Amino acid sequence: MKRIRCWLLAAACLALLGCGASDGVDNGSVLHRGLATDPESLDPQLARSMQAANVLRDIGEGLLSYTPDGQLVPGSAESWQISADGLVYTFNIRAAARWSDGNPVTAENFVIGLRRLVDPAIAAFYASTVIDIVNAAAIIAGEAPAETLGVAALDTRTLQISLSRPVPYFLRLLTHPSTFPARPTPANAESDKRRRSLLSNGAYRLMSWEPGSLLRLRRNEYYWNDAATAVDAVHHHVITEETAELNRYRAGELHTTGNVPPENFAAVRKRYGDELRVTQYLGIDYLGFNLSRPPFKDKPELRQALSMAIDREILVEKITGRGEAPAYSWVPPGTSNYEPPHLSYADLSQDERNIIAQSLYEQAGFSADNPAVIELRYNTSATQQRVALAVQAMWSDVLGVDVTLINEEFQVLLSNIREAKITEVFRGSWIGDYDDATTFLKLLTGDNPSNVSGYKSETFDSLMQRAASQADAGRRRLFLEEAERVLLVDHPVIPLYFYVSKHLVRPEVKGWEDNVLDYHYSQHLSLDAAR
Amino acid sequence: MAQYTLRRLLGAIPTLLLVIVLAFLLVHAAPGGPFDAERVLPPEIEANIKAFYHLDEPLPQQFARYLSNLVRGDLGPSYRYRDYTVSELIAGALPVSILLGSLAMLLAVIVGIGAGTVAALRQNSVVDRVVMAFAMVGISIPVFVIAPLLVLLLAVKLNWLPAGWSGTTSGTRLLLPVIALALPQIAYIARLTRASMIDVLASAYIRTARAQGLGTFAIIRYHALKPAMMPVISYMGPAIAAVLTGSVVVEQIFGIPGVGQFFVGGALNRDYTLVLGIVIVYATMIVLMNLLVDILYGVIDPRVRYQ
Repeated sequence: MKRIRCWLLAAACLALLGCGASDGVDNGSVLHRGLATDPESLDPQLARSMQAANVLRDIGEGLLSYTPDGQLVPGSAESWQISADGLVYTFNIRAAARWSDGNPVTAENFVIGLRRLVDPAIAAFYASTVIDIVNAAAIIAGEAPAETLGVAALDTRTLQISLSRPVPYFLRLLTHPSTFPARPTPANAESDKRRRSLLSNGAYRLMSWEPGSLLRLRRNEYYWNDAATAVDAVHHHVITEETAELNRYRAGELHTTGNVPPENFAAVRKRYGDELRVTQYLGIDYLGFNLSRPPFKDKPELRQALSMAIDREILVEKITGRGEAPAYSWVPPGTSNYEPPHLSYADLSQDERNIIAQSLYEQAGFSADNPAVIELRYNTSATQQRVALAVQAMWSDVLGVDVTLINEEFQVLLSNIREAKITEVFRGSWIGDYDDATTFLKLLTGDNPSNVSGYKSETFDSLMQRAASQADAGRRRLFLEEAERVLLVDHPVIPLYFYVSKHLVRPEVKGWEDNVLDYHYSQHLSLDAAR
Repeated sequence: MAQYTLRRLLGAIPTLLLVIVLAFLLVHAAPGGPFDAERVLPPEIEANIKAFYHLDEPLPQQFARYLSNLVRGDLGPSYRYRDYTVSELIAGALPVSILLGSLAMLLAVIVGIGAGTVAALRQNSVVDRVVMAFAMVGISIPVFVIAPLLVLLLAVKLNWLPAGWSGTTSGTRLLLPVIALALPQIAYIARLTRASMIDVLASAYIRTARAQGLGTFAIIRYHALKPAMMPVISYMGPAIAAVLTGSVVVEQIFGIPGVGQFFVGGALNRDYTLVLGIVIVYATMIVLMNLLVDILYGVIDPRVRYQ
């Protein structure tokens, strides 16, 4: 009896080793992509992370979309008209646009989606994306019902959106997943939760989601452009450790990675050559000042001195070393319709900057006997620690500042920054939500809750307001650039460097084009079968 | 024994309650909340979210609400995973973690006891020294060093095994994580077994059995193994705890959607309900495992009586 039990156990082990499920989802070609974190939700209006947006771009589609190299093109809307004053947009939804259950995508679906987005009961993170639609601000504040939003379905396939003021980049906002359409939900709350897996109007549909591990997508045959979709199935593998992701890429389990570990970057670059894709990205790493308390309150010379004493070239070459660009402006280069002005000292040599910095430091009232005493806060991360150490060394060497580094867990740091009671200078980063300069400039307007430095400049705010009321793109750009010039003189922040997006992409993956938004829709990719 | 079991289970309830209270206080004491991000929510939206999740109520009220849901089996919604409840997340993750943990313990016990016994039988020989050297290595090198090394060697260089969990559904994806989890436990169990086996093998009744002509295998199987197991069984309690905590690292490295990953992620994301739910699950498991270990004593050693 014992013997038989032993054999049974052994047989069970062998069976366990060999078994594998097969449910037809992965028939045909399968693209394996690395995803840095689990999406917190695949409900288009509830999602907020970049990773959720990446998956949503595969399973959903907005009125507009992007080409592989980042050009705006029609999506679910095949054409549109904009009124002369720039306030009324009328979209014609494609007749061929369909949900994955075969039902057509209607204008009413977009109305529902946008109303959900501003509905305070949903508490959507990106509600302010559409703040310029008529009544949006009132609805978000709970002062008007969602039905009063300035969107209307004129008929099944005609959608009209009315804005309270002209927004030249409005079309670009309509590629954002938060503006994706939604189907009416039955009164049952349970099925509302299940919407994540059921319906999609994008090139793929979600077939299964193992939280923390894997999302499996399969092509949506009802998608209007399904003929152009090359890959049958997409697997998004959730891999939070960048080194683990690199290992899996090396083992041949992934076609593309979501990121590349910062350690050993030079070795990766040498080994992978063209497979490593490093591109400019709309994101900035900066040091923010707390302007509401000493030592930086009312001390613009000190702030400028600290900014000038940092050798940004050394930071990007020796400290981060992944191809980042030193930041001498607040808005990253590569933003559409914008030429960022530079800090006044951008073209000087570092020695010249150091000399001016030292004189500004003295003007601010500090010296070797009376050094500035500063706390620099940063979040726990190998890269950030190195940057903080480098900045501390530079400030100490050039100016003689007494810098204490304080390392905090990310949520703790965020909490401290928001309360603004104990922070002095802190590390921050900002990634653009859409391709326009305002996504960076708005951060520093006086009434923005995300304005963590407490910067309040009437000049800056009024320039931003005037820019917002311009219908002409050229005049708007002038106002925005002037606003940034004001900002750069005041130094509420120290721009350090602009981010790059980094991915490893196998040679057999075709159609991956580098673009400044780092959008890589799976429907544009194909696998070279010959490999 | 049934009475003993019942008494132990009832006594566990106040312990669990204390654990829940402490965990609740701790997660809420950490600065930062589940909805903090660099992109600060507009105040109206933040107020709406907090009201939706009852985070604006005073703490005792939140705790009472949590307890009343708990007795109804509702662990609450996850603050981060807005599409899933905590029960759904744990129900998905627990089987994976249990599978990994039990396979690792099984491997550890079988290999550890085997190696320890062989080393005890060949005491002070080359075999003994080699086995003990491996054991020392297994104890000294941490899991987060061994696991990536295993991945680099067996998955990346040799391509024998999958490097991650999600790439395949075959059982081979279990091998590397189980081995990585089991290695330190193999080492400890081997050392424990060797020491206690040496002790047992030196006793009088073993000498008698040998004198009666019983072969080595029979002596081990029928006379020496059970008494030698007592220290190993005592170690099972801490071993299971070690496997639980070690599994967090292993899950991160292999991308396994187990309870450990959600625990750490939940703590970092301030996902209060998820963390509390997992704490309750862990605490219950540890209480049950300890009870099991105590019962096992009685099974192995008939001299043990329960008070």
